[in-house]
Amino acid sequence: MKVIELKSLSKIYNPDTIPVRAINDVSLSVEEGEFTAIVGPSGCGKTTLLNMIGGLDARSEGSVEVGGVSIQDMSESQLTTFRLQHIGFVFQAYNLIPVLTAKENIEFIMVLQNMDAKTMQERSDDLLDRMGIKDQRDRRPSELSGGQQQRVAVARALASRPKFVLADEPTANLDSGSTEALLDIMAKLNEEENITFIFSTHDQRVIDRAKRVIMLEDGVIVSDEHR
Amino acid sequence: MILYIKLAWRNVWRSKKRTWITASSIAFSVFFACLMQSSQLGSYDNMIDNSARFFTGHLGIHQVDFWEDQIIDNSFDQQELIQLDLSNSDILIGVPRLSSFALASYGDKTKGAALFGVSLPLEAEFSYLKRKLIEGDYNKKGGVLMAQGLAANLNLRVGDTLVLMGQGYHGVNAAGKYPVTGILKFPIPALNQGAIYLPLETLQEFLSAPNMISSYSILLKDSQDTELMRSHMETILKDKELGLMTWQEMLPDLVSSIELDYYGGWVILIILYVVIGFGIFGTFLMMIKERTYELGILNAIGMNKHRIQTMVAIEIFLLIFLGVLMGLLMATPIILYFWSNPILLSGDAALAMEKFGYEPIIPFALNFKIFYNQGISIFVIALFLAIYPMLAIKQLKIIKALNE
Repeated sequence: MKVIELKSLSKIYNPDTIPVRAINDVSLSVEEGEFTAIVGPSGCGKTTLLNMIGGLDARSEGSVEVGGVSIQDMSESQLTTFRLQHIGFVFQAYNLIPVLTAKENIEFIMVLQNMDAKTMQERSDDLLDRMGIKDQRDRRPSELSGGQQQRVAVARALASRPKFVLADEPTANLDSGSTEALLDIMAKLNEEENITFIFSTHDQRVIDRAKRVIMLEDGVIVSDEHR
Repeated sequence: MILYIKLAWRNVWRSKKRTWITASSIAFSVFFACLMQSSQLGSYDNMIDNSARFFTGHLGIHQVDFWEDQIIDNSFDQQELIQLDLSNSDILIGVPRLSSFALASYGDKTKGAALFGVSLPLEAEFSYLKRKLIEGDYNKKGGVLMAQGLAANLNLRVGDTLVLMGQGYHGVNAAGKYPVTGILKFPIPALNQGAIYLPLETLQEFLSAPNMISSYSILLKDSQDTELMRSHMETILKDKELGLMTWQEMLPDLVSSIELDYYGGWVILIILYVVIGFGIFGTFLMMIKERTYELGILNAIGMNKHRIQTMVAIEIFLLIFLGVLMGLLMATPIILYFWSNPILLSGDAALAMEKFGYEPIIPFALNFKIFYNQGISIFVIALFLAIYPMLAIKQLKIIKALNE
């Protein structure tokens, strides 16, 4: 089952002055359960592509379908709700809410989804357990290591039971131990629960673990390797 | 909603120094605004009270033509009032008064004087006349009480005999000799230079106007109830040819000067609000500018803008509430203190106040409305300024925010 389908997708900056094609006529589909890495040099358009898939940025041309739903014509408010219900985000800088504890950060998404308290409690406990950070549940981000913060971020991304998780350079700020631990968790979730992960990354350790590697250069897919 | 409140509360305390600075600036503005308005309203109350007690009462009953032409011939028979039931729980006290003018003479000196025929025991309560006595005996029968300035001008002392000459009721000659039984000192120069107080019956006899009075002055428990009582009294007086006037009608100059001062006070308050408003706006501006990236992330992960606005609005509310509360807590004991211990003026400031006929004090009013008005004013200003962060959130662009 396709979770993402991009057709002739382009992103053009400064269309009226000096047009720059950050993404140029990209067509791509991602099946459920894929563990995909989008790689390429800096400025090749990885983050722009991820932003358009996640409905954070508008496309200039082409179309984006997520779970069979076209998102390009959605209003800003509809897109926000769509992201909340269907897409999990993991950022390079973790971007946890600094004033909430690890557990509250995970529950925050579920509060936005108006989930009932019992389900929320069970789900956050389960995620904390699976991420191996149950002991850190009451700590705020500033009291956690980078690796622990990124695990909380992954748990937060999964809290809403999204169709897929978009992770933009998730290991860029982590040491090798934390990177391996995080990748182990994500790989396990992918294998055991068929959760779809799409990474943008430079990190060879991530690329090595990916089941599919899409190489971008100057906004164009130059290779798409299934492993 | 609990999570929003929790989030907002913790966000408020993320930058403790900034929160305290903002809350303090709000608190000081509320504090000064309350103090200022309390002293302003206190002064008005005092002016109204002084004028009502000494001159007009909060309500005055007169013969219909009296106020236009204040002569003895426009007085009325107090029996007309005795037939009426004027008792009311909102009335503190009512006093009959007869007033006229005469020449006061002692030895080779003669001065014009205002004569006030009053019930001395009632007047002691109404205008605190007894408290003005600085020499002599207030209750001694058959004599007159003279204002200090007039007595000094006539070289009169307690025990001396004063000669009064004037025109009585319906043009009869009025003349009499009265021993001075007491000297009164008034803060109001006009009274101090020319007032003579006599027992009501004595003045009625002097003016050949038995039972006649110029006015029946009524003091209310609360001057704010004047209009209410006016309606009540008008019903009682409907069959009488008597006029009823409020202190506002009898003292239009006082009303004008209070209004002028009140609006002047508001101008100062508005300047204060503007200064504080810029301070609050600066905080709101920083609140948004510093957190654009964070707000962008919240929007990216699925928190819609209405919810972000709600969260920031709660933060703003908490910040303002804290500031206003601090301000009110600071102002309350100070106002309470000055309410029971008015500031006594001395030197030139006191003389200036006395010259205008006011007591040389700065009294403070204790009125819930002061706290409420100032608290609400600052709140409204802050809420108005909060439009900016709300608009900034509405116009937030995720990608732009994430690139901050």
